[in-house]
Amino acid sequence: MAEPLLEVKGLKVRFATEDGIVRAVDGVDFQLERGKVLGIVGESGSGKSVTAMTLLGLTRGQNAAFEGEVIYKGQDLLWMPESRLRDVRGNEIAMIFQDPMTSLNPVYRIGYQIVEAIVEHESISKKQAKRRAIDLLKQVGIPNASERIDTYPHELSGGMRQRVMIALALSSNPDIVIADEPTTALDVTIQAQILALLDNLRAEFDSAVILITHDLGVVASIAHDILVMYAGRVVEAGPKRELFYDPQMPYTWGLLGSIPRLDRPKQEKLHSITGSPPSLINAPRGCKFRPRCPHVFDRCIEEPELLNRVQAPDHLDRCWLSLDDKRRLRDETIAREASIA
Amino acid sequence: MSESNGNLLEVKGLKKYFPIHKGLMRRVVGNVHAVDDVSLSLAKGETLGLVGESGCGKSTLGRCIVRLLAPTSGEIVFDGRSTGQLRSRALRPLRREMQMIFQDPYASLNPRKRVGTIISDPMKIHGIGDRKERKRKVEELLETVGLSPEHYNRFPHEFSGGQRQRIGVARALALQPKLIVADEPVSALDVSIQAQVLNLLESLQTRFDLTYLFIAHDLAVVRHISDRIAVMYLGVIVEISPAEALYDNPLHPYTISLLSAVPIPDPDVEAKRETILLPGELPSPVNPPAACRFHTRCPYVQPTLCKTEVPQLRKLEDGHFVACHWAEKIKAGAISPIATTPVEPERQDPVEAPPS
Repeated sequence: MAEPLLEVKGLKVRFATEDGIVRAVDGVDFQLERGKVLGIVGESGSGKSVTAMTLLGLTRGQNAAFEGEVIYKGQDLLWMPESRLRDVRGNEIAMIFQDPMTSLNPVYRIGYQIVEAIVEHESISKKQAKRRAIDLLKQVGIPNASERIDTYPHELSGGMRQRVMIALALSSNPDIVIADEPTTALDVTIQAQILALLDNLRAEFDSAVILITHDLGVVASIAHDILVMYAGRVVEAGPKRELFYDPQMPYTWGLLGSIPRLDRPKQEKLHSITGSPPSLINAPRGCKFRPRCPHVFDRCIEEPELLNRVQAPDHLDRCWLSLDDKRRLRDETIAREASIA
Repeated sequence: MSESNGNLLEVKGLKKYFPIHKGLMRRVVGNVHAVDDVSLSLAKGETLGLVGESGCGKSTLGRCIVRLLAPTSGEIVFDGRSTGQLRSRALRPLRREMQMIFQDPYASLNPRKRVGTIISDPMKIHGIGDRKERKRKVEELLETVGLSPEHYNRFPHEFSGGQRQRIGVARALALQPKLIVADEPVSALDVSIQAQVLNLLESLQTRFDLTYLFIAHDLAVVRHISDRIAVMYLGVIVEISPAEALYDNPLHPYTISLLSAVPIPDPDVEAKRETILLPGELPSPVNPPAACRFHTRCPYVQPTLCKTEVPQLRKLEDGHFVACHWAEKIKAGAISPIATTPVEPERQDPVEAPPS
């Protein structure tokens, strides 16, 4: 395995709130290599966005407490002083946010916002920076870039704004791009354009991408590795094909089963996971998926470690069931539909 | 009661324009053509899915049907009665029979009211039962939608998104409507919860003999729940067909590209899937393109007809209608898609649009 570009070890994030301590991220480990796309999948409240924001120090504050390490180029970003982190943030690691409607400043022209970002990290003139900004806008597929650079965000559609966000993120050729639900607010035809764009840019700049999404369809196309998060933890991790074709956590296969699929005959009834995600203040004891898991047994009261339990070396999961039981139960639950296909 | 053809709802030539005002005198400088000449029918007990991208007018159409909006012109016949131009008082008895489920379960429930009040208010307004009867009915409804009668005195904020949507469903059911218009009822919910609500809607349909107009942008979800599907683009229906036929055999170029853009949660399928990337974006509904509205982005656009004549919905197969001049030829492979370089439609600020 090549030297990882980014390594996250035992990351924990807690927030103190009026209602108690929210354990938003409670044990996340992963490695990211150059030129790879890591998909982080989970439902709302699973801690995927907090994980991403913490990498860039965006969750720091009075009420936040951290544990663990975030190693990037030999330095720990988690404990790096804000002044030094500013050089990394936006420069070497950039972020694309979910909502292009609110993440651009509405009172500045888009060109100004990109130029500002370039000048912040590089010592070049504003004129040169503007030329760079126009090139970037062209690269992300904005036509008439030299005119569009003088428009305000409200004059652009959602898809165009998301392109501006991507141009902004790429303005300093970052090593890592973190995209937090980059296409969730967009229509499918625009989503397809944006995903194709992200993947091209990754290949062109050889940067690494962390793609956060709740849509397993999105990661199926462009991710190399996938983390599945639940209640602040990574519950399963592995190469994409392992996760889709040999899922080991009842939660993962439950998710896969609950999505209606266009490429298969219509199912009579969708497989559904009962209940809803647990509170992060009073998380259940033991396995966090226990209250919703149909295959729960006495051992689940003890929380399983994230370990490799299958033949494939990089495939990790948190489930006590034996390998045979898992595969049998899984095939009984979701492969029934697949076999009809 | 209903018409002899058994349709619960008939919509004919429905138009809804929103005027654009400008200046001190608020003079009308243009119109947003949100829904522009739409006709469709809904048979009793069926589910019609309405799909399209944001801004295509699907929600406006749904709102006109339940008469939350008054149509600009056109006719809506619900259960044998024309509702299109009725005023609010005359509409009231009809409102009992058609209800709506909204997209956002956080915004569509009054945060200051208890669940019991939220669900029983429709019955109170329509003078159904006394207080005791209504309470019993609400408790029954809560159980029907998978909540518990003990939730009667709780507030919306005490529930998760999926549970709130169940409250919204219970409220819609309170008046025992015939038609439910569900506007993106699951798109704000997590995947695992989506499946729960979809299954609930399906079981309620059988149990209470409901007719659904199911509006959504997620093509997989719509296919799962619908008997027939109508595809909208920029205020018009471009294709309407039995659900399976639409996916097995899409005929309109827009439907074809829309279906090709849906990611499938399966890496092997994804590796083979070819997405037809549509150039540009949805043109402005203030000045929609003339003739075929899709011609500015269509990969199959032809020099004749497309830019000069409005395509009408034509029946190509049993129950399968399409509004494209060239649908047969495209299907037969006689016309090949042109490799389009993305051409942008001119950016339009609605306010600056010239009067039409």
